[in-house]
Amino acid sequence: MYRIRFHGRGGQGVKTASRILGSAFFAEGYEVQDAPRYGAERRGAPIFAYVRAQLSAIHERGVIARPDLVVVIDETLLPLPAAGVLAGVTEHTVLLLNAARLPELPEGPRPGQIVLMPELGEVAARGGLPLVAAACAGAAARLTGVVSGASVRQAVADELSALGAEILEHNLELALSAYHRMDDHTGTVQEGEAPAPSRLAPPNWIALPQVDVQHAVAAIFHGATSARVHTGLWRTERPVINPAACKHCWWVCTTFCPDGVIGVTAEGVPEIDYDHCKGCLVCLAQCPSHAIEAVLEREAGAVAAAASAQGAS
Amino acid sequence: MRKLMTGNEAAAWGVRLAEVDYVPAFPITPQTEIIERLSEWSATGEAACRLVMLESEHSMLTAAGTAAATGVRTFTATSSQGLLYAMEMLYTTPGWRAPFVLVNVSRGLASPITLEPDHNDVLAARDSGFLQLHAATCQEVLDLVLLAFRMGEDATVRLPVIVNLDGFYLSFTREPVQVPDMEAARAFLPPYDARALHFRAGEPSAQGVAVLGGAPYSYFRYETHLAARAGLAAFAAGARDFAQRFGRVYRPVETYRCEDAEFAFVMMGAFATKAKSAVDGLRAEGWRIGLVRPVMLRPWPDEELAQALRGLRGVVVVDQNLAPGHGGVLHGDVLATLYQAGVPGPVVAAFVGGLGGRDIALEEFAEMARVVRTAADAGKSPPARMLYTAEELRQTRALQAVALGGGV
Repeated sequence: MYRIRFHGRGGQGVKTASRILGSAFFAEGYEVQDAPRYGAERRGAPIFAYVRAQLSAIHERGVIARPDLVVVIDETLLPLPAAGVLAGVTEHTVLLLNAARLPELPEGPRPGQIVLMPELGEVAARGGLPLVAAACAGAAARLTGVVSGASVRQAVADELSALGAEILEHNLELALSAYHRMDDHTGTVQEGEAPAPSRLAPPNWIALPQVDVQHAVAAIFHGATSARVHTGLWRTERPVINPAACKHCWWVCTTFCPDGVIGVTAEGVPEIDYDHCKGCLVCLAQCPSHAIEAVLEREAGAVAAAASAQGAS
Repeated sequence: MRKLMTGNEAAAWGVRLAEVDYVPAFPITPQTEIIERLSEWSATGEAACRLVMLESEHSMLTAAGTAAATGVRTFTATSSQGLLYAMEMLYTTPGWRAPFVLVNVSRGLASPITLEPDHNDVLAARDSGFLQLHAATCQEVLDLVLLAFRMGEDATVRLPVIVNLDGFYLSFTREPVQVPDMEAARAFLPPYDARALHFRAGEPSAQGVAVLGGAPYSYFRYETHLAARAGLAAFAAGARDFAQRFGRVYRPVETYRCEDAEFAFVMMGAFATKAKSAVDGLRAEGWRIGLVRPVMLRPWPDEELAQALRGLRGVVVVDQNLAPGHGGVLHGDVLATLYQAGVPGPVVAAFVGGLGGRDIALEEFAEMARVVRTAADAGKSPPARMLYTAEELRQTRALQAVALGGGV
């Protein structure tokens, strides 16, 4: 059975990618199961989706514990333990990264092979997010070596026809171009064996002890715990204040920020808390002097470095 | 037509093929996709139903029962807290003997709040008078909606029916589903004939009347019980016809690889397919083990279940629910059936697992099999256990440490 996981952020088309790949397998005559997994839906939060495919009926269900292929649509998820991008990967697993160069992988299990796929699709234009999905699905399909370009074409059409001819055509082009860019890697992803139950380590079951009632109720007694969740990691674009253009009318941006993450320095200069800014860009829309611009998160480091270099010069 | 669709979409297709007239609705995750799809089809005319958004699940179920009492074919859907909010009408409407179908998309109940599935919501409706069918695949969702109308509308039954599917694991999961032709579905499920029992404008009648003294009350309540029991034969007849027309066979209790089995898992719903996968793995290693899955919870298929468990050395009951102060609901029902039917022998290992969508890993199925084999060798049923690992406790305590502002 092929077991494939897609990791990305809410809004990047993770679910769409899994559906396109699922439909493409189905068009090839495979039995298929595909599903997204998320908590409370929100743009930018980590989500994943998975596809199972084999020629006979599928009984497995739920999260894929031992993936054959992991497709990472957004590399900024790699260091996030909660995203679990590398959960269950082994020597057998292929990692397909939507990145130009290999980022640092976190501690833990390593995939057997890493395929880089620059320009799979920009996470830039919010309106065009499914573009990434179609390209990722096309590339993943080619890696398996068992899905034809015609099936990918049909799957993209099934999934995206409702969005109109122009968008469909563009996605078809991207999906098939990504498909063919993987020509040299076709067949690198192999169907995993069903593990033999007796060879798995037995579960470390425990008997839950009864604890003091204060520890037995799902209540939050401690204040301001939400500050410990770095929701800034959900961002795909970050608002950056241009100090030269900022007129210091801080009451505008700080009032409109729905998350209350714009503070004011003693000098009356607004300051964005990037640990918690989710990148909704409401501030950008509200700033009367247009002093706030949006920068792609993946390019934000370079922009910040350039700005500081400029500041130093 | 065989196409990939989610469990929610399969439920909507069942409703479309049943040519339902009226759908009172109220949104709740993870069910909402069902009524969204029906709303879309209702607008395009692809489904000729009238869909009305009510102001609560309580009103929604009242509307469903009253509409059904006029003799129109009625469908509604909810989940979790929504089902509980409708609970008063859930117990009231079966006594009206007006059949309709309610799809419940299982989701764990508060507190604490979750979105992910277990069966405590639908089990709260266990003794309401609704009949209950539990799907394990997206195909079953569609098929059981059709079978539910057929069973509920049977002249010997005339009761509302719940079709249950698991949130996320079916509701948002796509699988291949064979969609019957409209003509074939119509032949299987002809228009509902309410016969003499229906409301009509201009023919005043009273429903929901009070009866005092106990004897009339007992009479009407027991009639509901007898009708529910008649569901067994009605389901069997419907399933026979269904198999002839569509080639898919349904029984009140599914058995998977139970021939020559020494042991069996007993589970309900979508997680039971995980048990099938485990059974395949264990059988490949020489185990004689299978799966016994009640598809029907009400009426309780006691004879079929006893038959399926006869001859086993050990039974593993995995309850995806928890009755606090008691344990697993299915466990008690299985024990009662074994005892009542005089099935000799099997030890019963009881587990609670999958609460709030908690996964049940392959290695846990293997361990449960070892536990029941050890127990069978010793001739004594082991104490009940909840599936929970040391690592899960560590992670939960780490979360608590934040919530408490210190260590636990």
